[in-house]
Amino acid sequence: MNYVNNWRPDLPRAARIIQIGVENERTRTFVLDLHLAARPGQFVMVWLPGVEERPLSLIAGDPVSFTVARVGPFTTALHQLRVGDRVWVRGPYGNGFDVRGQHLLCVGGGYGVAPMLFVARQAIAASRRVTAVIGARTAAELLFTDRFAALGCAVITTTDDGSAGARGLVTDGVRRVLEQGLPDEVYACGPRPMLEAILRLCQAEGLPCQLSWENKMRCAMGICGTCEQNGWLVCREGPVQRWVPIPP
Amino acid sequence: MLQNGVDLSVDLCGIRLRNPLILASGILGTSAALMERVGRGGAGAVTSKSCSPLPRAGHPNPTVIKWGPGFLNAVGLANPGVEAQVEILRETRRRLVDVGVAVIGSIFAETVEGFARVAETLSAAEPDLIEVNISCPNVAHELGAPFSSAPESAAAVTRAVKAATDIPIIVKLSPNVTDIAAIARAVEEAGADAIAAINTVSGMVIDIEAARPVLSNLEGGLSGPAIKPIAVRCVYQCYQAVSIPIVGIGGVSSGADAIEMIMAGARAVGVGSAVFWGGVEALGRIAQEMADFMSAHGYRCVSDMVGLAHRPSSWQPSSIEVGVATGRCI
Ligand SMILES: Cc1cc2nc3c(=O)[nH]c(=O)nc-3n(C[C@H](O)[C@H](O)[C@H](O)COP(=O)(O)OP(=O)(O)OC[C@H]3O[C@@H](n4cnc5c(N)ncnc54)[C@H](O)[C@@H]3O)c2cc1C
Ligand SMILES: Cc1cc2nc3c(=O)[nH]c(=O)nc-3n(C[C@H](O)[C@H](O)[C@H](O)COP(=O)(O)O)c2cc1C
Ligand code: FES
Repeated sequence: MNYVNNWRPDLPRAARIIQIGVENERTRTFVLDLHLAARPGQFVMVWLPGVEERPLSLIAGDPVSFTVARVGPFTTALHQLRVGDRVWVRGPYGNGFDVRGQHLLCVGGGYGVAPMLFVARQAIAASRRVTAVIGARTAAELLFTDRFAALGCAVITTTDDGSAGARGLVTDGVRRVLEQGLPDEVYACGPRPMLEAILRLCQAEGLPCQLSWENKMRCAMGICGTCEQNGWLVCREGPVQRWVPIPP
Repeated sequence: MLQNGVDLSVDLCGIRLRNPLILASGILGTSAALMERVGRGGAGAVTSKSCSPLPRAGHPNPTVIKWGPGFLNAVGLANPGVEAQVEILRETRRRLVDVGVAVIGSIFAETVEGFARVAETLSAAEPDLIEVNISCPNVAHELGAPFSSAPESAAAVTRAVKAATDIPIIVKLSPNVTDIAAIARAVEEAGADAIAAINTVSGMVIDIEAARPVLSNLEGGLSGPAIKPIAVRCVYQCYQAVSIPIVGIGGVSSGADAIEMIMAGARAVGVGSAVFWGGVEALGRIAQEMADFMSAHGYRCVSDMVGLAHRPSSWQPSSIEVGVATGRCI
């Protein structure tokens, strides 16, 4: 009996939604009655029977929580769920972020802010200093500024339209922070162009960085090759990629 | 390749493999860069993901889940189509030529003529071998029963592909049949240069909380250690039925597993699911374990062991003698 039960963690597990936070018009945070030992930057595969199964980053593993932007059929179906409804979860998967150095700079764009909150929470708990740069199109779309502040992070915000914080892209905010003194390591999650810009900035400054990438996924276990990016398996060897400057 | 004084290289349809371990189709075979990593990780050959005449999106998720000591998958043959595959295979060959790793292109189609067309188009990439996948269990809703289900349809595809290309072909069989030996025989008579056995074992996992099958395709194919005894039995039966070489696939994750497959009658051994445990170096590690076993038991080369399990029951193994008994290493 136990032999069979011990296999269960590999399969999707049913969990109930115990809380739903409405972050903005397009974004909700779901908290489940499920507890997983997870690291910041790891993700789970969430299955809605009859709909789809898709990867979502964790903001916490205990209890399991994720923040979801409504962009298509799966995320729309998820947004229609209510407290008490069930979702199925397998994981956690991926390598996750590694908290390094004394001063961390966390950069989030869109729902990519959510896993940054997990990093910040862990870093602050380990008595590190955290600066968070959060970007969005408008003030209404900025995520979690108060939650980062409540943790004790220095928070800088940017909006494309200048409706809150400095007008401009999140990378402009990062540039400004770097001018005032370099952190030990940069952490980022968000849209691909944002990650590419941050990588260029870190390379120019010789700053180590950890970036969380996304790709289409099927197995999430490193066998099917769907998530492949230049020979790198985003699901298993990523989603976090650490770049370090080559010593001169 | 000489390791611990033993020769792991094998001849498969005139292609020299540095060792008998072949990356199975559908596992990490989606890009040249990934196949290069598996090749550099120690594989004797790599097989690309099966490709069809036109691109296919595959089934919606869930498409792959882990079940105990194996996986259940119904990816639904997602692939970029044969035109794009030609480029991927060319690039794979370019990257692996200096490593001495053979490249196998896997094909499938919905019709006999389609198989011939894909084979012809793919041949432009000059893969060392072409694997003909007539045995995917996961597209039956769309495409009907696989061609591997009956001797006639399996032979028809084999003949059509043989006529369409000069590259040696390996026809991949399904375990989901009553008599795999009969299919193997039909395929050999139709001109196949080798057979591969097995593709995945048809299965289903139901989530009792959701009260429905987990895979969107409902059924899927089981792979990994869970299916090894089935694969060994199929290879054993095929070995008795045909004289063309057999690529034994299914549940191999160690040198001991690979040796078992070879003793059942395989000349080369496919490895898929085991990359979950061993990563891109899994095949290299299995090759090393094979060499260790062979040197400890006095086997000089792989052909010393092919089909050994078919000896009459009166025959008693005495390790060193076994190695020299078969004479010539090929
Ligand atoms: C490691 C990882 C972590 C993620 N974390 C979050 C998160 O915390 N919050 C969040 O809102 N979103 C997250 N995503 C993205 C999320 O998976 C997609 O937004 C979701 O799949 C969209 O599905 P849809 O049906 O609503 O939209 P669709 O219209 O199907 O697609 C919208 C986008 O999702 C991507 N997508 C499509 N199929 C897949 C697939 N099988 N796997 C992955 N992406 C796919 C497409 O590239 C497309 O750009 C993450 C993705 C990855 C890879
Ligand atoms: C995710 C996945 C995808 C597969 N895709 C293909 C495929 O495209 N073509 C094919 O011939 N076999 C495919 N197979 C079957 C494998 O090549 C192999 O026959 C089977 O998995 C048994 O070997 P294993 O136990 O070592 O994994 C696939 C298997 C898995 C797990
Ligand atoms: S999603 Fe299958 S290998 Fe990454």
